[in-house]
Amino acid sequence: MSGRRNGIAVAGTGLAALGHAGSRSEQDIIAQAAHTAVRASGLRMSDIDGLITASLTSPWWVMRMAEYLGIRPSFSDSTMFGGSSFIAALEIAQLAIAAGRCENVLICYGATPRSAPSSSQINRMRAELDPQHYEHPYKPFNPVTSYALATARHMHEYGTTREQLAEVAVSARRWAQLNSDAFARDSLTIDDVLAAPMISDPLTVRDCCLVTDGAGAFVVTSSERAADLCPAPVDVLGVGHAHWHRQISSMPDLTVTPAVDSGRRAFATAGLRPADIDIVELYDAFTITPILFLEDLGFCAKGEGGAFVEGGRTGPGGSLPMNTNGGGLSFTHPGMYSIFLVIEAVTQLRGQAGDRQVDGARTALVHGNGGVLSSEATAILGVS
Amino acid sequence: MYDIRNEASSTGADHRYRAFLAEGEFRIPRCAECGRAHFYPRVVCPFCDSTSLEWVLASGLGHVYSTTVVRGRSAAYNVALVDLEEGPRMMTRIDGLAPESVTIGMPVRARILADDEPLIVFVPEQPR
Repeated sequence: MSGRRNGIAVAGTGLAALGHAGSRSEQDIIAQAAHTAVRASGLRMSDIDGLITASLTSPWWVMRMAEYLGIRPSFSDSTMFGGSSFIAALEIAQLAIAAGRCENVLICYGATPRSAPSSSQINRMRAELDPQHYEHPYKPFNPVTSYALATARHMHEYGTTREQLAEVAVSARRWAQLNSDAFARDSLTIDDVLAAPMISDPLTVRDCCLVTDGAGAFVVTSSERAADLCPAPVDVLGVGHAHWHRQISSMPDLTVTPAVDSGRRAFATAGLRPADIDIVELYDAFTITPILFLEDLGFCAKGEGGAFVEGGRTGPGGSLPMNTNGGGLSFTHPGMYSIFLVIEAVTQLRGQAGDRQVDGARTALVHGNGGVLSSEATAILGVS
Repeated sequence: MYDIRNEASSTGADHRYRAFLAEGEFRIPRCAECGRAHFYPRVVCPFCDSTSLEWVLASGLGHVYSTTVVRGRSAAYNVALVDLEEGPRMMTRIDGLAPESVTIGMPVRARILADDEPLIVFVPEQPR
């Protein structure tokens, strides 16, 4: 699979400040993760000539991070695709590397919503900077409310149950219990999820991802170069990205996401089908999201996602290992999560996942979600 | 019938929508070329990119596409998506019943809440 024309590969990865950052700033923890990723790639920061990052708060983020890291990239991108940004970044990096604009692209993200929560003033400012005049007057508690509306519609059309949603959270927790880096590792049952405080019906707090600190980074370069740089590069076999709307009220069908487009593009480029995929890392912002993505990416038919996740199928020992680090529901979730999907897939494909290692994993599908089912980015990774 | 072409092009879609609401009228833009209504209001049709848009009176009738109850600190309240009879969908709130009693498919009728900023909410409509 390696060495394909215009192919890129993930070299080193890095994590920092999972859970609680102490007194470290967002830039501190991103720099720590970036430093680890660059060194693990057999590179120095001065070798980085491409930088892709994004922030939930600062529109100047790529300039701030380049400044902090002391690099002068010949290619940069900081497009905000919400939580899908760092898988969409793979497509951008691939184009930039193929065009000869840069060689070694650092993709990084981090945030500290747990140690330094946004003030109500900042939350108000965010709403003003991204005005949604036709939604905000009704006071949706977003993003939860938008996902709750999608969940309610899926339940209505397909009979999906709250127990099936809870299976997603329980499966994630069972993976987290095998991952010493995971934030939430205590026992969690389906009944616990059902009995947890309701946030926006039918989603309880246990149907919602964590709010933690954390940073992640990885370096991508051409497949040829990656093979020279590090012992176990992971090839990016296909990428797809699609977005259809920003606000939930503008989503045409709340049970069908742009993942149908992003997934089709990624599979077509990779020349693979869902049956060829060993593990999946699907952004679990809420328990409904992996159910929707399993359907839209073709792992099961539309409407069958709830039944698909029953009986521990996606948990440890199940036939389709999903969110093997514990996911956004139990591993970590600093505002945007997709950087961690890539890092976990790379860790698994290298056979370095310790107690949670899926034996013989050669292909992984990672899928990032941004906004309110707004932006969907899919990548298929593999080792030869 | 209101025709946006007769208005100064410097009037924004949001502004016009709210001005109608303030006059007690729930109007939405409809494309004079493709015939489809859209919401939220724009100055270019999102279906056929025509700029020939008419502001038509909405019937106010629709049905609930999805619904949730936001469990706020002080109170629980409804947030819903309603599909208008004319086609477009909008976020709104269903008043006149307990927030958890709102059901998908429920027929509803629009009401203008006159406040500082007039707002469309819906109430249950008896099926005809």
